[in-house]
Amino acid sequence: MTALTGAVVPRKYLPVLVTAGLFVAMFIAGGARYEGFFSTQVVLNVFIDNAFLLVVAVGMTFVILTGGIDLSVGSVVALATMVAAVLLNAGWPPLAVIVVVLLIGAGLGLGMGCMIHFFEIQPFIATLAGMFLARGLCYTIGTDSIPITDPAFTAAAQTQIGLGGGLWISPSVLIAVAVVAIAAYVLHQTRFGRTVYATGGNEQSARLMGLPVARTKLGVYTISGFCSALGGLLLAFYMLSGYGLHAVGLELDAIAAVVIGGTLLTGGSGFLIGTVLGVLILGLIQTVISFQGTLSSWWTKIFVGLLLGVFILLQRVITTRKK
Amino acid sequence: MNRRLLWPAVVLALLLLLNLFFTPGFLSIEVKDGHFYGSLIDILRFGAPLVLVSLGMTLVIATGGIDLSVGSVVAISGALACLAISQGTGVLAAVALAVAVALVLGAFNGFLVAVIGIQPIVATLILMVAGRGLAQLITDGQIITVTDAGFKVIGGGYLFMLPFGILLALVVLAATVFLTRRLALGLLIESVGGNAEASRLAGLRSRGILITVYAFAALCAGIAGVMVASNVSSADGNNAGLWIELDAILAVVIGGTLLTGGRFSLGGTVLGALVIQTLTTTIYSIGVPPETTLLFKALVVAAVCLLQSAAFRARAFPRRERPVTQPVQDTTEVAR
Repeated sequence: MTALTGAVVPRKYLPVLVTAGLFVAMFIAGGARYEGFFSTQVVLNVFIDNAFLLVVAVGMTFVILTGGIDLSVGSVVALATMVAAVLLNAGWPPLAVIVVVLLIGAGLGLGMGCMIHFFEIQPFIATLAGMFLARGLCYTIGTDSIPITDPAFTAAAQTQIGLGGGLWISPSVLIAVAVVAIAAYVLHQTRFGRTVYATGGNEQSARLMGLPVARTKLGVYTISGFCSALGGLLLAFYMLSGYGLHAVGLELDAIAAVVIGGTLLTGGSGFLIGTVLGVLILGLIQTVISFQGTLSSWWTKIFVGLLLGVFILLQRVITTRKK
Repeated sequence: MNRRLLWPAVVLALLLLLNLFFTPGFLSIEVKDGHFYGSLIDILRFGAPLVLVSLGMTLVIATGGIDLSVGSVVAISGALACLAISQGTGVLAAVALAVAVALVLGAFNGFLVAVIGIQPIVATLILMVAGRGLAQLITDGQIITVTDAGFKVIGGGYLFMLPFGILLALVVLAATVFLTRRLALGLLIESVGGNAEASRLAGLRSRGILITVYAFAALCAGIAGVMVASNVSSADGNNAGLWIELDAILAVVIGGTLLTGGRFSLGGTVLGALVIQTLTTTIYSIGVPPETTLLFKALVVAAVCLLQSAAFRARAFPRRERPVTQPVQDTTEVAR
């Protein structure tokens, strides 16, 4: 079976196809089991509820493709909601707030990139320090949840963009889809994107080929920081509050989405569309559990863990057969 | 003194001095109610679970791997022990059950890494995510409280005037040092970490060693889980051992063991774990607002990691840099 499909489609697309197949299968199974599940709005709701995760996972994909990892994303998301809430309450105009938050995120990412590249500290440890730093900054700003009442933010939270036929999405979904489109273009069509893959494939070879490895590594962590801050803004739209305990453990969800999407954690191989599918599958698991009603929330973790296991085994099978 | 132990020891000494400055009686140890009492004893006592988890983590990292699942194993073993005791099982049987399950989970991690050949960070990520759910499944989302006096001894009791947890950690430390430094096991672990394929060709059973190491890490986490649950007389599937894997990895790195594997320092790890625990205690005792705890921790972690980075030292103190302070693999490059 694997050999057969391998002859028809290039093997590198196989993990993504399996992920897509699983998404469709889960959707059909859910539709057969639960009343009212089998609708386009359910899929759109998955997008609406997970727009921020999608943006964060896009940034994580860049980092993982270079063979690194970014543990700081969840904390940066929380910091973004916190800074946005405080600045808005201080009377700043929304546009200025958004610019400042995005700059903070990108700056933090660049700082971690510098630690990793110039001082040769492992990505795991450097971004762990970043995780403590961002979460610590949140608590220093305040330990309580700060509500956001700014009209522009509440408008972004409550606007429903009709797609005809009673279907709707939120503005956040549009932003997330735009981020995915831009990221896909950058990753697959530009020189920077090719260097990301080359660096992940073999950093030393990439350097010997004269590729700008340093700039690329700093670039991916900056992108991840920027995406986390943007994800934080989307979460602020969604929750209408800033809170230091927002998005605890989000980095695990983002990494899980990237892995389920077929990107190898060793770097150099994977597609952005896989990450999108990975986020959708995580969202669909939550939807199924809420439709089921009798399952407790911890089953989400068990299912995500099981899925991770299945996908990693599958990747392993595929990469072994290649030899 | 071993150069790799210098920086963590300096940081630990500075932290203790800082405490002494703010709390003059910080280093004093007195005898109260027939056992030792004092801030230093408290650091050791509350640091015991972290020391245990870090010891297991050191050996995993020495093989070039990493174990993200220890926090979940801590939660699972604590939950199992409390559940069994609350249903009338004897303390010893309950603890044995919890530790045995931890061993099985560790062997599962080892199987994924050694036999299937999955990257350690991913293989243990599975149990990290699913294990937290399993722990909550065992406790049914509740906090199980137990009132067994025998169980309380493990994390809160005393033996020979010292907290039992410290003695337990010391026993495990002694056993680990004996196994790895007096027997060949340590050499074999370093050899697998240096180059797994070369070790296999040299006739080592890399797979068996890898599985042993992951099982050992989970065993340590299991004991730590029982200790944590016993100390608070309850099991919380959601919060027990939360983020302890990150603290343990930090402790190992601060202790001078490289994440790339091939070399390890148990003494460094113990120092690293004590640095982290002392940092937490310091934050409370010198009156840093609890909100900024993480900020403080981030700064110390960044400082220690930068001090250990050869690239940073070369830039920051160019004249004091000597080839001796470079890690071994770098000296070959310098020589070339």
